[in-house]
Parts: sequence; structure tokens; C-alpha cells
Amino acid sequence: MKKTIITVVGKDTVGIIARVCTYLADNQINILDISQTIVQDYFNMMMIVDTNRTQKDFGDIVRELDRLGESIGVIIKCQKEEIFDQMHRI
Amino acid sequence: MINIFEVAETNEMIEKENLDVRTITMGISLLDCIDADLDALNEKIYRKIYESAKDLVKTGEYISAEYGVPIVNKRISVTPVALAGGAACRTPEDFVSIARTLDRVAHEVGVNFIGGYSALVAKGMTAADEMLIRSIPQALAETERVCSSVNVGSTRTGINMDAVKLMGEVILQTAQATKEADSLGCAKLVVFCNAPDDNPFMAGAFHGVTEADRVINVGVSGPGVVKTALEKVRGENFEILCETIKKTAFKVTRVGQLVAKEASRMLGVPFGIVDLSLAPTPAVGDSVAEILCEIGLERAGAPGTTAALALLNDQVKKGGVMASSYVGGLSGAFIPVSEDQGMIDAVSAGALTLEKLEAMTCVCSVGLDMIAIPGDTKATTISGIIADEMAIGMVNQKTTAVRLIPVIGKGVGETVEFGGLLGYAPIMPVNGFSCDNFINRGGRIPAPIHSFKN
Repeated sequence: MKKTIITVVGKDTVGIIARVCTYLADNQINILDISQTIVQDYFNMMMIVDTNRTQKDFGDIVRELDRLGESIGVIIKCQKEEIFDQMHRI
Repeated sequence: MINIFEVAETNEMIEKENLDVRTITMGISLLDCIDADLDALNEKIYRKIYESAKDLVKTGEYISAEYGVPIVNKRISVTPVALAGGAACRTPEDFVSIARTLDRVAHEVGVNFIGGYSALVAKGMTAADEMLIRSIPQALAETERVCSSVNVGSTRTGINMDAVKLMGEVILQTAQATKEADSLGCAKLVVFCNAPDDNPFMAGAFHGVTEADRVINVGVSGPGVVKTALEKVRGENFEILCETIKKTAFKVTRVGQLVAKEASRMLGVPFGIVDLSLAPTPAVGDSVAEILCEIGLERAGAPGTTAALALLNDQVKKGGVMASSYVGGLSGAFIPVSEDQGMIDAVSAGALTLEKLEAMTCVCSVGLDMIAIPGDTKATTISGIIADEMAIGMVNQKTTAVRLIPVIGKGVGETVEFGGLLGYAPIMPVNGFSCDNFINRGGRIPAPIHSFKN
């Protein structure tokens, strides 16, 4: 299973997780793990998700999450897990 | 499993510290395009490059979106054109027609540079080699994206001083031919000793004859990432300094390896090498000179600079080698002047001279790179500078290169603006004493002895 990492960074506000999760559910993207911290008043969330069942092209998901982030006022990035694995694991 | 801090560290490197993959370069052999008829040759070259690289830019953009890491340049390198065009070209103008074809196909497939308008003349020049070299000024003036390089020496064969003399003249002619654009043509022309066959970086990239038909080479970057990592170990000893550089270089190179493998898979072209280079850009915080300052120098060029650069270069290689299955190209720290804000500042402050830069090239990956000099510099003086740099490469068994820009109509104290990744540069003074009699001797400098190393 190829995993994808979604990160959300920005000023904390009501409903960030809800809106991101709604988007993921609408697109058949399964959430495997969520972790979240607040660093210097900034909301910092990482999700590990499985995109195998979605019909959407990966590039479209990246763009749509980016737009969703803009509408909430946070930065949402969506990246394949390998870049982190390669960098932090030997 | 990956944790939130590791993810944040990677994204911080990308967003704030200018971590990027500097280039995906597809090497394409033109040997199977050789034809005695010039039109047929041009047609075959166009077709081969177009068919090989038509998806290169799209693939680079897709991978960039997948991993969220910028891939700044998508480029092509080809077999040295002096070899591919030798059978068809009767005049320097014939070679220029090939340059136009390369430029046209580069525009068509959307790459920003195409390298390989080159000749390999370390020991001697064929008639075709000489015609290609003489055509360089016109070729670079009439095209936008073509890059040219000439290898004039090697550790095995010595230095071809006839070619060194000729290149001094060709660099000046190229400067003249592009004087309307501040002699920009010279920014696309490199003179090498020990040129690597698999270099992905411009302007010196070409696809060597020892390479496969097509290959994907990747150049990584990341001076900003190294600088930021070193900020956290200020005042610590050399052991900790070196370990920090190694670990950072490992991480940066892993991204290059990942991108190279993915590009190779998607394009169905074999993976060649990752070039482990610290390649600066004029952007603030993306500077090799700033790393040298972070190591402990007031400015690049201060006493200690050569030692600091030597350790930086070595640690980058040590960290990077384990991160990639195949390492090649130039691999090390680049020290171009106009493309590095810290270097520009050092020159402006009077801390960095041409002579100190020459010393630095003994221990780093390339050579005298992107240095603007007065437009009235004599051709023999340029040849003398080239000969010095080639001698360093020849004796030390390393690649060295010269990319000088004599800016026609400008002198010391003035500034030249190239724009984009090429940046801007203050014009540096050149030693005015003559080397005419040395350069005019003609012939070759013999290969150095490989024993009695002292």
C-alpha cells in the first residue's frame, strides 16, 4: 500500500480537521493515522492516508487540498510518503 | 513510522531553506544520428531528441507535485556535437545549423538548456573539432538555450595548449558576438580539464561516448539546508561540524536519489547518477559563501577559506555517497561568483580576488565559474588563466573548469546583470602582466608523472 502524508499548518481555528476529513471521505481516501500539536499558537497536523481507492489523479488531490487550505486560512500539503522515508530512514 | 517532527523538518527544508532538486538532465546519444548529409543529420537529431525527451518536462512536474519538492530545471545533454557532426559539417556555419536544431528542439520540448555543443580535444583537435570550436561564438549568439563546452586537458594526456590558446580567442569573440546582452554568451561556455561524461549541470553538461543510449542524471542542491543546520552547532568543534554537514548532505542527496529513480521509471530511461552538489542560486539563503561564513569566516576569501571549503566539499561527498546508489558528475561545492549572493558580497567588499578563487578551486568541485572580467582583457591573458586552472585539474586528478565573462564595454568597478539563475556580478580585476610568449609557444603540456607525489 502506498501511503501519503497530508500536513496542515496554520493559525488554529474551529473545524480544520472536520473540513479536511470531509474532503478525504468524499474522495474515498482512508485515514490511517493522525497526530497533532500546537507549536507557538500554530496548528500543526499530520495525517497518514491511503489513496489507493480514490478515483482522482494525485496532482488533482494536491491542488484541491491546496485550495481547501486557502479557504480555511491554513497551508495544506499532500506528499507521497517516500520522500520522508528516504530522508529520515537508512 | 514517520513522525510529525520528521515531516516538519523535511517541509521546513523545502519551504524555508530552498531545498530543491536542481536539475533532471536527460543524456541522449547522437551517435546513431550521424549522417554525411547535413540536412539528414539535422532531421535525425531533431527526431531523436524530440522522441526521447518529449515527456521530460511533464514528468518532472508530476514528480515535483507527488513529493512536494521543487524540481527547478529540466534539461538535456547530448553527445559532443563535434563527434556527431564531423561527417556532415564542412564549415563552422554547418555546425551552427546543428546548434539551431538543438535550440529549436529545446524550445519544442520545453527544457531551459541543452548542453553538448562540445568538443573533446585534450590531446589534439580533428578538423571537425576545430571547426566546432571556431563556430561557438556564432552558435551561442544565434541560439538561446544551447550550452557549449570544450575539454582541453586531462590527467592522462596533459594539456592541449593550442586549444587553450584558441579558447582564449573564442571566449573574447563570444563576448563580442553577444555584447548587446552584456556578453551573456560566455555564461553558456565552459572550458574543462578532466570533464566528466555524466555531468547533469549546465553549462558543462554533455553526454559522453562511454554512456548508454539515453540516461537520467540528477543534480541536487541545498546550500541553505546546510547553512541552517550549521547555525545550530555554532562554536562546536570540527568533529561536530563535519558530522552535521555529512548528515545534512545525506538527507539532501536522498531526495535526489528518489527523484532520479522515479524519473527513470516513469520515462523508461536508465538511471545514471546523482551529482551531489551544493549548487547556489542568487536567492538569499541559498549560498555556499554563507556556509563558509557560518563555518567561521567573516567573508568568503578571508584566510582559512580554502581549508573551510575543503572540509565542506569532503563532508558533502562523504554524506552523499551513502545516500545514492550511483554518484557521479561534478559532485562537490560549486563556487560561482555571479550565482551566489555571498560570493558577490565578498567580491564587492574586497575580500575575494581571482587569485583566491583559483586557490579555492584546488579543493572544490569545479573551477573559476561565472566570473566577470573587464571586456578589454587580452585573449592571451584569458588563455593564461585557463592554462593555470587546467594545470590544477591535471595535476590533482580532478575536474576543473573556467567560465569567464569578459564584459565588452565594461571595466572594474562596474556591475553586470545576467538575470535569473545566472545572477549578477561585479567585474573583477585581472593581473595585467603579459603571458603572450607562454601562450604563443604552441603544442602540448605533457601528462604529469603519476608517482613521486609530493
